[in-house]
Formats: sequence, structure tokens, C-alpha cells
Amino acid sequence: MSDIIEKNDTPEPSEASQVAAFGGGQATEAAAVEVPAYMPRRTIGQMLRGELGFLPVLFTLLVIVIYFQITTGGLFLTPVNVSNLMGQIAYVGILGLGVIMVLLLGEIDLSIASVAVLCSVIMADLSERSGAPGWVAILAGLLTGVVIGFINGFFVAVVRVPSFIVTLAASIGYAGLLLNLLHGQATLIINNAFILAIAGTAQSFLDNNVAIILSVIVVALFAAGLVFNYVRRKRAGLKTSSLLWLVGQIVIVALLVGGAVAVFISYKGVPYPVALFFGLIAIFWLIMTKTSFGRHVYAVGGSAEAARRAGINVVFIRIACFTLCSTLAATGGIVLASRGTAVASQIDPTLLLNAIAAAVIGGVSLFGGRGSVWAIVLGVLIIGSLVNGLALINQGTDVSEMVEGVVLLIAVTVDALVRRAQMRTGR
Amino acid sequence: MAENITPSTGEMSSPSPEHPLNGEPRLRMRGISKSFGAVRALYQADFEVYAGEVVGLVGDNGAGKSTLIKVIAGVGPADEGEIFLEGQKVSIPNPQAANRLGIETVYQDLALCDNLDVVANLFLGREERSFLQSLDEVDMEKRGLSVLRSLDVKIPSVRSTVATLSGGQRQSVAVAKSILRQATVVLLDEPTAALGVAQTRQVLNLIRRLRDQGLAVVVISHNLADVFEVVDRVIVLRLGRRVGTFDIKTTTPEQVVAAITGAEFGELLATNGTTPTNDSSGGR
Repeated sequence: MSDIIEKNDTPEPSEASQVAAFGGGQATEAAAVEVPAYMPRRTIGQMLRGELGFLPVLFTLLVIVIYFQITTGGLFLTPVNVSNLMGQIAYVGILGLGVIMVLLLGEIDLSIASVAVLCSVIMADLSERSGAPGWVAILAGLLTGVVIGFINGFFVAVVRVPSFIVTLAASIGYAGLLLNLLHGQATLIINNAFILAIAGTAQSFLDNNVAIILSVIVVALFAAGLVFNYVRRKRAGLKTSSLLWLVGQIVIVALLVGGAVAVFISYKGVPYPVALFFGLIAIFWLIMTKTSFGRHVYAVGGSAEAARRAGINVVFIRIACFTLCSTLAATGGIVLASRGTAVASQIDPTLLLNAIAAAVIGGVSLFGGRGSVWAIVLGVLIIGSLVNGLALINQGTDVSEMVEGVVLLIAVTVDALVRRAQMRTGR
Repeated sequence: MAENITPSTGEMSSPSPEHPLNGEPRLRMRGISKSFGAVRALYQADFEVYAGEVVGLVGDNGAGKSTLIKVIAGVGPADEGEIFLEGQKVSIPNPQAANRLGIETVYQDLALCDNLDVVANLFLGREERSFLQSLDEVDMEKRGLSVLRSLDVKIPSVRSTVATLSGGQRQSVAVAKSILRQATVVLLDEPTAALGVAQTRQVLNLIRRLRDQGLAVVVISHNLADVFEVVDRVIVLRLGRRVGTFDIKTTTPEQVVAAITGAEFGELLATNGTTPTNDSSGGR
């Protein structure tokens, strides 16, 4: 093919000079193809539906934060409360991250709460009753998640049962299984020091020096990646973002990371679960945006048929996503158990809904193929802030759940409207 | 080539033109038959396309166009018949085999992922990777731009999602995708259906570019105006048989329509295959 391209490499000169005017002489490689004038003029509304889709969510979060900051008389944004809040939402966020993996396929997993608790029960059973070492118990819990996810994925991808039903059945079944494993015991106290160290002790915080070093490394890697990419694109003659935006991105990320770490350190430090949460997001962000696997997940979510014809193994992608989802659910369950220093036969009914709601409120489409893993941060912050803030002003679960329901409905409505608008402008 | 199916060559005038590219066609099919139960979708049909030419495949609904395309694309292999690629006998049992042989089909639905950008779509399923298996976006974008430029495609940005492109631009992206897959034969299924005037122009221009690059292009279309504008030869199917081959330079649309509908024959084609077919629009 390359020889064919070589032959026709030179566009007619008049044409080239014509379009060079559009390209602003910036990128000769792109000039012949990319005609920005062809870009339909976009309204602010359209931009909000596109890459700036997180702005309304961010705005909502800011409104909520400001409201509670005022009504609680400044209690809300104290390092103590922020630290507590983050600790409360980290495990929900980890579950939500898993939900994103299946939402991106246009599927749903209703079994995450059951799976989370079941895996923590298996872990607790091994460590407390059988006396297994903590890390073995944790590994067994995670492995259970892997197996469950694989089974879910198998039924969805191979047998082609709707994921809604498969995971609903799984949810009920595993809830029964965990009751069975607990032998009618309502709670099983965890005493294993290794497991408790994750989130259940006063020492479950990153060493401040480690936290600072880690955050510096993360920001440095991010900056290096951006600069490396910028230089490569420049060399290849491709369009590049402006230098100002490049520096701006680095500054924004540095401020966010530095600010967050500073807030945590001014209380007790960065809680392990929070570090784990953000670490997992960073890893999944890399997987979803920088690897073929991630690209294929988005492709299957966008159009499974197109993906199949492109030679993508759709069955594998589906099974992998369900496996990742359940494994993350198991991770969240283990953190939850450690934080509560016990596992209970009762599955918190808000766990499932909060995790799914956080993903959707954050901007991940229920219809598949759209949304970033970072959405979970905003989503979980909104939900966490509502719960935490309403508790601070002495409102009970009743008000909290009503408000949460409204916010969720708004988020899903926005998602559906965006999808409709895109289908209108799509062709 | 037309000799294969016309015993009475003396009757022909306009059909089976002297093709400029003599020699072995890039893709040749001989005696292709396919039945679906009692329905004979194709009977002893022949087909050929040369490198550097555009062949229009036309026919009424149920004439066997789609069946023939599915045979070539490997989606629905023929019951009998032979396929030759560059003179070599090949079998195309499945779509993967067709792709390996350099035969790419652009279906009407285009098979693009709306939520991905142009570059991602172009390289879907065969992404280029570099450091630690990470996607080599720079290289992909460069190669993608180069192919789009060779096809004279104009789009807002290769980083805009396919959902934001017009119908003609989407068609262009789908075609560019097949080029990137080292296609030597490109089948286009109704490429101008549902496109506006300007976009149709864009796609026809694209088809000419493909021909100029030495590809063998097959266009299935209902729109005779578009067919006449861009193809070199027209092959007409009727009731599963090839009933005519026309050089576009010496043919009028009326003749092609007559062949499609069988108007000048005044009789329905015998479907049992005993009577040989006239390979023309009649004995003019």
C-alpha cells in the first residue's frame, strides 16, 4: 500500500496552498486533509456534550460544596471532614470504577455489592476461622472476584443472556452464598492485623514523606508524558496543542495533586484506601486510553458489530470487562471489610446503587462507549458530599436519598439527551 | 471475458469492450452458483474486475448483486464456481480469508464506531504499538493522514469523532480504512445511497482516486446516474445471471435499464438455466 501512497503523495499545488491557509501553516502533514472550516460551528451546548462534558458535573459538585460549606458554618471543608469524606467514598469509588468497565460496553453489573461482600466474607472466613495469613485471605477474596466476573462475562458474552438478568441472578445467588458461608452468624469480626492495616487502624495512612514523593513522581511522569508526546508530534509534523495549554495542563494537575495531598497531610495523611483508589484510577486510565485493549473496549461499546468486523474479539473484551468489574468489586469489598473491621451478612443496600450512580453522575454513558474513568472521581465526590453534608446538618438518610435520587435522575436524563442530540447530528 | 457466457458473440455490439488493461483480471469468478433452498440466487454467473478499473454491478432487487458480493467478501461462499485472484485460483470461505487476499468490502452501514475518532477507526483492530505495547498515536495519525490525503479526503480533524462527520466523510473514512488494510480489490455497497449532492460528488471523486491508485473497484448501485459518472464497465445481473456487460463510453443508460429489466427480451429469463443468455441489451 505504501507504494501507492508514495505515488500520489503530492496534492495539487493550488489545493495545497489553499488549505494551508486553513491550517495556519502549522502542520503541513495535516494541512491537505484537515480542513477546520468543515467543522460545523459549534454552540456552547454542543461543546458541553462533547469533551467539556465534565464541566456541568464539576459545577454541580461546586454548588453542593459551597452550599454545605455555608450551611455547616465552614465545617464541611475542614481537613478532618474532607479526610473522613474521602475515606467514606474510596471503596464506593473502587466499585464504581468496576461499574465503568461494564458501562463502557453498554452493559450493567448489578451483582457488585453482593460480590464485594461475598469476597470479603471469603477473605474473613479464611483469615479468622481457618487462620490463613492475611495476604492469602486477601488473594483468595480477589480470586473469587475474578472467577465470578468470568462467569458473569461468560453468560453475557457467550450465552448472550442480557447482563441485567445475569448479574441480578448473580446478586441474589451470591447474597445467599455468603449467608451460607457465615453459618447464620450476623457479623464476623476481623482481627487479622494485615487485613486491618488496609483501612481499619489509626495507622492506615501513607507516610507523609512517601505521599509527597509519590505525588511528585506522578506529576513528573504526567508532565514528561505530555512533553514527550508534544515533541514527537512536532517532529512528525502533526498538529500540536499550544504550548500554553501544555503548561496549563501540567500546572492544573500539579495543583490538584499537591492541593489534595496538602489537605490530607494537614490532618493525618493520605488514607491507604484513597491512595489505592487513585492508584487504580490512574492504572485504568492508562489501560483505557493508551492500549489496544482499552481502545477495543470503547469500540465494542460504540458499535459491537463494527468492532467484530474490524477483527476484534468481542467475546474476549466482554468477558474481560466483567472480570475486571468483579475483581474491582472484590477489592472494594475487602477495603470495606477492613474499614469496618468486620464482615456482615447484611449487604448495605446503598452500596450497589451508589457505585452505579457515581459512575453515571460522573458522566459515563449508560449506552456504552462514552466516558472517562476519571468520571468516577466527580461522581463519587458528589454522592459522598451529599451524604456527608446532609449528615453534618443533621438531615437523615431520608433527605439524603431523596436528593441523591434527584441528582441521579438528572444525570441519566442528561446522558439520554446527549445521546439523542448526537444521533440527530450524527448523520 | 464476456465470451465465457455468450455463445453467440456475433450478436454483440456495444458489450464486452476492449479493455485497456488486457491480460489477467485482478479478480475473476467463473460459473458461480448459489441457492438458498429452492431459490436460485446465482446461476453460472461470471464476474471480473481489472486492476485500475471501476466496475458497476447493477441489477434489480433480487438479481443476485448482494449474493455475488457476499461470495466475493467471503460472507456467503458459493455452492459452485471458481474464483481467481491475479490468475491464481483461490477459495474464500470466510471474511478473514477475503481480507487476507486483499479484498475489502465497504458495506452500506460502513461499520464505523461513532464514538471513536477518525484515526482510531482507521486503525481499529490493528493498532500500531510502541513503547510497552502502548498505542503509537503519532505514527497512526501520520499514516492515517497520508492515506486520507492520497484519497483527497477533507475532514474537520482526524481527531474528531466519526459521529461529527458528514455522510460523505464517513464513507471516505470507511474506504480509507480498507486501503490501510492493503486492499487490492475494494467492494463498495451502495456508496452514494442516502448522500446529498455535494457528498455524492465527494464519494465519486474518491472512487476515481481508488482507480487511479491501481485498485480494482466494484461499485454496487441503484443509481445509474452515479454509475455512469464513475465506472468504466457495467455488469448487469438479472435473476441470478449475468445478462450484459457494457463499456460505459459506448452505452446509454437506456440500454442498461433495458438489460436490468429485460425489457427487450420480452420474456422472463428461463430460471432452469437451459437457455443461454444474450449478453447484451439485444441485437442492435
